[in-house]
Amino acid sequence: MELIGKVLVQLVQLLLVLALAPLLTGYIRHLKARLLRRRGPAVVQPYRDLLKLIRKEVVLADNASWLFRAAPYIIFAATLIAASLVPTFATGLVFSPAADLIAIVALLGAARFFLALAGLDVGTSFGGIGSSREMMIASLAEPAMLMFVFSLSLLAGSTQLSSVADFMQRPEVGLRVSLALSLVALIMVAIAENGRIPADNPATHLELTMIHEAMILEYSGRHLAVIELAAYLKLLLYFSLIACVFVPWGLATAGEGFGAFAIGLGWYVAKLAVGGFLLAVFETGTAKMRVFRLSDFLGVALMLGLLAALLLFVSRGL
Amino acid sequence: MAVAVLLFCVGVLLATGVGAVAGARRSATAAIVYGLSLLVSAVALAVAFAALAFDSQWVQTLRLPVGLPWLGAHFRLDALAALFLIVVNLGGLTASLYGLGYGRHEEAPGRVLPFFPAFLAGMNLVVLADDAFTFLLAWEFMSLVSWALVMAHHREAGNARAGYIYLLMASFGTLALLLAFGLLAGPEGGYAFDAIRRAVPDPALATAVLVLALLGAGSKAGLVPLHVWLPLAHPAAPSHVSALMSGVMTKVAVYGFVRIVFDLLGPPLWWWGAVVLVLGGVTAVLGVLYALMQHDLKRLLAYHTVENIGIVFIGLGLALSFQANLMGPAAALALTAALFHVFNHSVFKSLLFFGAGAVLTATGERDMERLGGLIHRMPFTAFAFLAGSIAISALPPLNGFVSEWLTFQGILLSPKLPQWLLKFLVPAIGAMLALSAALAAGCFVKAFGVTFLGRHRSSAAQGARETDGFSLAAMFLLVFLCLLAGVLPGFFIDGLAPATQQLLGARLEPQAEMAWLTLVPIAEGRSSYNGLLLFLLIGAAALLCAKAIHRWASRAVRRSAAWDCGFPDPSPLTQYTAGSFAQPIRRVFGTVAFRAREEVSMPPPGETGPATLRVHMRDLVWDGLYVPVERFIGFAADLLNRVQFWTIRAYLNLVFFSVVLLLMVLTLWS
Repeated sequence: MELIGKVLVQLVQLLLVLALAPLLTGYIRHLKARLLRRRGPAVVQPYRDLLKLIRKEVVLADNASWLFRAAPYIIFAATLIAASLVPTFATGLVFSPAADLIAIVALLGAARFFLALAGLDVGTSFGGIGSSREMMIASLAEPAMLMFVFSLSLLAGSTQLSSVADFMQRPEVGLRVSLALSLVALIMVAIAENGRIPADNPATHLELTMIHEAMILEYSGRHLAVIELAAYLKLLLYFSLIACVFVPWGLATAGEGFGAFAIGLGWYVAKLAVGGFLLAVFETGTAKMRVFRLSDFLGVALMLGLLAALLLFVSRGL
Repeated sequence: MAVAVLLFCVGVLLATGVGAVAGARRSATAAIVYGLSLLVSAVALAVAFAALAFDSQWVQTLRLPVGLPWLGAHFRLDALAALFLIVVNLGGLTASLYGLGYGRHEEAPGRVLPFFPAFLAGMNLVVLADDAFTFLLAWEFMSLVSWALVMAHHREAGNARAGYIYLLMASFGTLALLLAFGLLAGPEGGYAFDAIRRAVPDPALATAVLVLALLGAGSKAGLVPLHVWLPLAHPAAPSHVSALMSGVMTKVAVYGFVRIVFDLLGPPLWWWGAVVLVLGGVTAVLGVLYALMQHDLKRLLAYHTVENIGIVFIGLGLALSFQANLMGPAAALALTAALFHVFNHSVFKSLLFFGAGAVLTATGERDMERLGGLIHRMPFTAFAFLAGSIAISALPPLNGFVSEWLTFQGILLSPKLPQWLLKFLVPAIGAMLALSAALAAGCFVKAFGVTFLGRHRSSAAQGARETDGFSLAAMFLLVFLCLLAGVLPGFFIDGLAPATQQLLGARLEPQAEMAWLTLVPIAEGRSSYNGLLLFLLIGAAALLCAKAIHRWASRAVRRSAAWDCGFPDPSPLTQYTAGSFAQPIRRVFGTVAFRAREEVSMPPPGETGPATLRVHMRDLVWDGLYVPVERFIGFAADLLNRVQFWTIRAYLNLVFFSVVLLLMVLTLWS
């Protein structure tokens, strides 16, 4: 009976990320439009887009294989499970021991693997360009991400996000230089992984500059809807990750009552709102960089992660 | 008893090889040879498995009165040997099963059939050997027989050179091992492993043995910079032999290293770990970068073996560092990771080579630039190859991820090491491991995507047909193992525990008894992974999502021409190729690692000639190490050549002064 309750809470978290992900993207798009003094689409526009897309028929390229049709669901499922294992409103949920941070990153890697394969399946040049660049970015982002995991584990003694969040709430952690460096590194990785400006432009439709959009060029209808939803979820996942590691305040612990959960949820939405605002401001103020400048960008993230780890070696206080 | 059964198996394999020479011309021989190999491998696998699973503390030895008269031939079955026997015979079993189908297409069966069972026998003998003489004999036998298999298609371009380089490197490796055992045995010549184990060599001598073991076993395993023969020789052999060489023989080399360094050599020094870690890290990254630059499918797989050997050696280096600092549980974690990766790699690398062999038989092509679209023609092979690609790219929920995850957990324990060099080194190695894992994913998107997805790039790919049932059975057996070891890793890790207990005196907590079968290598709050749960959750989420959308929204599908932003080009040559897929990575990493240069020549305006893009890459290891060595040997040989034309007096003088010199050295020495 107790187990059922725990699983239900986990299920609530899963549905929560599923429900909030399009809202977050719609919110950021709306804010960006307002910052450019456009009126912009409504905040709920992504839901409308998704609903419209899943009702439409799928137009498949002639030589698309079964992989092309299965990939969207695999990508979506892997991203959804990864997103629902990052603490949002509470820590220590029942399935959280299933994957630590390394495994969560690897789940996203599995989603990306299938996305890149889907880009190659029809055999067009745009799909190939997207896949090949996506894998290059991943190869640069993953070492940087691992350095972040390393400094985190050095500080908190764990790669389990629930334990990390609990640790970070303790007063003795305080402000640290290494944490600041790690935060910057993680944000840079998150920007590159989610294809945000300056790494990629989520709104672009100029063929040669796009990465994520190029891979999914041949998708339509429900397949496209599911892939878009996976992209929204991935963005939400990185927000949850940054929130649960660097601003873990308000997180409830599993076993506390509904009151604590409600407070945790309020905090979570507030954190998303602030984070989304910051991202919108940052994206509006930045220009997209050339593809091959990305290696420098992510190289900086790697160096910052390494520096954070080294600082932690030299001094426990920094 | 178990040892006797295993030796009997070896004997049957050798007899099969001899018999195959006699019957090479008959068409039924192939089925008999592969059938017998299959049977014997299954028996040996069962014996090794039983020894490991049911009676792990119990060590069996056997001495046969053959070999050196005062030594005899010692054989021994302990946990470590049983573990590697499982790897060897599992590889032998699946390769034989695959060979039942694949071997029918062999145009020169007389060059493969006698050597195939002998190769299996050689690998079994190396693992069973319990004295230096038997070990080296079996090692050399294994090398020579595999050389014969590499030369099976000796008329094809490049294969003779591959065989020659392999032979050179194998002899060099055996020489290094010979010296290593010589140093271990000491002047009294206690060549039995038991005697070596009892003696504790002094640190300088032990370091020399470590270096020699790295040279000897490392050259067989493919450690950079001794890897050069591997990507030439492995693809040259028939595909099921490639699978054995890449999936299994490199593991026998790892066995040699583990046996010498962890078992025979006594307590390690802390900086040995640093040396092995650096070698492993460099091997992992360079191996996968080389692999990314290939467009020959089998050579790509061979370079990936180099990468995975690097990952195994990272685990071994960590284990050495922890062991030197008497951190038993951490060392057990790192060694478990390395040994589990040994098993995993043998499974998915065999699988991938079988897939490549099936493509080769169906199309006659190894060049990915001339393949494409095979997922339509060979759906089962494509599925198996996809599973292998996911596993080798270290993606959950398959097995490759679990062993790399364990290696990462070992790396995260490194801050507890007291030495500053290791403290700073290990995070960098961790970043290299992450880099190689990410690049491996890119590499297998390329390998699978260019070979199996997209449109057919040649008529050979268009006319491909699905491969035979035996080959598919072998592949799907391995796919099943990849999944099993991925979702239920606890049972496999517990199977490795006797080996770590034997070598380090420590083991991981029993994993199969954890709640929900979660993997908890260190502590609950620290890190955990549950592949089974993830697999079920992802499967359920994907199925539910697909069902719900099909049920309530839309299930209509219309086939049409590809969209391609409105400009679809009918020529399949406009697709992304293997070369173009790797271009961004070549530009980011290759400019440093390979001095890669692109040379674009555009026709002047008004002319209609084609533009060309040439890529220049250099193999820095070859240019920097092997070319100078080759040049020096040529130079020295020219000098020595003069000795051939001396008079008899000069020769006598030479002999006389040499003897005097040696006697003087001997006097001064003692």
